[in-house]
Amino acid sequence: MSDSTPRSQELRIPSLARVEGETALHLRIHDGTVIEARLKIYEPPRFFEAFLRGRAHTEPPDLTSRICGICPVAYQMSACRAIEDACGVVVDGQLAALRRLLYCGEWIESQTLHIHMLHAPDFLGEDDVIGLSRLHLEHVRRGLRLKQAGNAVVELLGGRAIHPVNVRLGGFHRAPTRAELRPLEERLRTALDDAWDTVRWVAGFEFPDAECDADLLALAETGTYAIESGVPTVLPYSATSPPYSFPLRDFTDHVAEEQVAHSTALHSRLDGRRHLTGSLARWAVSGRLLSPLALQAAREAGLGDPPSHAGAGRGGEVCRNPYRSILVRAVEVLYAVEEALRIIAEYERPARPYAEVPARAGTGHGATEAPRGLLYHRYTFDGGGRVTDACIVPPTAQNQGAIEEDLRRLVQAGLDRGEGSEAELTRLCERAVRNHDPCISCSAHFLELDIERIH
Amino acid sequence: MSTPVPPQPPARPRLGVFKFASCDGCQLTLLDCEDELLGIAAELEIAHFLEASSEPAPGPYDLVLVEGSVSTPEHVERIRRIRADARHLVTIGACATAGGVQALRNYADVDGYLATVYARPEYIETLATSTPISAHVPVDFELRGCPIDRGQLVEVITAFLAGRKPAIPNHSVCFSCKRRGNVCVTVAHGTPCLGPVTHAGCGALCPTYGRGCYGCFGPAGTTNLPALVPLMQRDGMSEEDVGRYLHTFNVTAFTAVEEQELPGTTDGEGLG
Ligand code: SF4
Ligand code: SF4
Repeated sequence: MSDSTPRSQELRIPSLARVEGETALHLRIHDGTVIEARLKIYEPPRFFEAFLRGRAHTEPPDLTSRICGICPVAYQMSACRAIEDACGVVVDGQLAALRRLLYCGEWIESQTLHIHMLHAPDFLGEDDVIGLSRLHLEHVRRGLRLKQAGNAVVELLGGRAIHPVNVRLGGFHRAPTRAELRPLEERLRTALDDAWDTVRWVAGFEFPDAECDADLLALAETGTYAIESGVPTVLPYSATSPPYSFPLRDFTDHVAEEQVAHSTALHSRLDGRRHLTGSLARWAVSGRLLSPLALQAAREAGLGDPPSHAGAGRGGEVCRNPYRSILVRAVEVLYAVEEALRIIAEYERPARPYAEVPARAGTGHGATEAPRGLLYHRYTFDGGGRVTDACIVPPTAQNQGAIEEDLRRLVQAGLDRGEGSEAELTRLCERAVRNHDPCISCSAHFLELDIERIH
Repeated sequence: MSTPVPPQPPARPRLGVFKFASCDGCQLTLLDCEDELLGIAAELEIAHFLEASSEPAPGPYDLVLVEGSVSTPEHVERIRRIRADARHLVTIGACATAGGVQALRNYADVDGYLATVYARPEYIETLATSTPISAHVPVDFELRGCPIDRGQLVEVITAFLAGRKPAIPNHSVCFSCKRRGNVCVTVAHGTPCLGPVTHAGCGALCPTYGRGCYGCFGPAGTTNLPALVPLMQRDGMSEEDVGRYLHTFNVTAFTAVEEQELPGTTDGEGLG
């Protein structure tokens, strides 16, 4: 550190850019040591869990989609699964396939948005996608085209890309005909090339060294890369602890949210430890179930082979470098495009667009893999099918502890390298936060982290 | 637009996009204009748009788009500052024009809500209400929808650039259904539908997918609830069901219509 740097320093970044929702960051540094890195999420509470009470069992999918405009399908899917679980209904066959198709659309558009518009500018030294388009117009055009392909899937199946209207309990209001899906195929075939090119493009970025020392939590599904269903599965950070799974109904016993006023804020902890969910976790937990094409792309991108931790043995490579999450996202986009093409090729229009989901008293759990990570919903209904309790655990709430620890370590490393200026630290921190693609709008359950008012 | 680029381009109008309590969906609609985005960026200088750019520039702005509702004491201050910096201020979406879904708290006990969601409610700072931007500062134009429609957003921006009023019709979803050639879901299938009282803009999406409109664009310019409510009840909804239907994404706007057209029915009960 230069001599002009004060011994004690507080850095406040009043608003982090290029993230979904609103966050500020508060760093406390003393004598060259980072005492505290605190994400201050000032997205105001919107009380979803409260006003869901008293609503009919059919309502949470539309209502909770409004928690987040960037992954509304994830909310609709997790809500549907939880309610259907409570009502004892399993949606399968072509209806399940259509749901996966819809979700693939959201993965494609949402991950592409993050890669091209929010994350890539960091690697190329630009402030935004507009700046990026001046020097890398081809890549931006490709990103927009790819995103549009994802949106086209969601729009066709859901009616519109943000807060789709066609989703309902048990399936859809209307199932498309085969002929209606056909125009998507051509688009998706172009998207497959675009997705490949995107993987190659991001593989050429420079990735600083970093490691996130958190447990990785993702859903695991038999025989397929988990998207719209699965069992919570943990790959612990400690090399001596074996991977393990737990039943979804025990989710909140394992992932506990804690509200603290003065310390480093709300941390939702997984069995008492820091954890991370999202693309790095999915890659570690079920990367080996990606398609051969996606695996080849991953290898070419330098991600190596995913770990094969069925049983106790590990092998393969777990990627814990948050900067490289953009690589996994790009591979996942490629996979989602392929999956969408596969589902469309195998599609037969179901006899009915939805399965009946009659209300009954009980509690149900649902979790799916939102682009940003595991999204858990739980609902309890009375005999009339009214919600008496709702609990929603979004991915960003789970990742927050890991992000803060990541920030602390990165800033420390930056200071040790002599990067002590406010501008340098700000850039470092903003990048670190965007690595995790946090989605702050999920204020269903977000907390005001810092009660010492900054403004 | 297609004239050769002059060597010294004239200063472009400056756009600011600001967010209050919301899901980000309406401002994301701007990024979803894939075909228009680069064109918009050529016509307008995107001076402040946190979701998209890490180099926010200070005002004044020629056009400000505001997403989200006012729900904290800090919001009240901030919207005044933004208004002072804005030549034209347009609100986008149900949150900004009607308080949004989070305005359900306006009809409930917020302390109870806090205690439901947070273990330590005393740490949370919030207002007891979620109010539209127009409750705090003058607004030049309100664009409806939860979320707004992409085409309508492009029309608002184009109209601004051309210096004219946006051509956003005030009629109901029913008109869009007719234009689209949909069979009426209420008449043909007895599906309860808020289309007759809901503001157009989505292109009658729900009926096109065989579903009744649930009112995400808020009330149309003219409505007739006394005629519609019995029809929805005929089609199997209880009074309470109809109430919940109206009291969701545009709760304050529909409540105002009810107070005019169905006096005595809105006592805040059964609103979720
Ligand atoms: S109006 Fe709807 S889509 Fe727009 S920000 Fe509010 S909740 Fe999101
Ligand atoms: S709820 Fe009504 S206004 Fe909203 S998309 Fe459906 S039809 Fe359109």
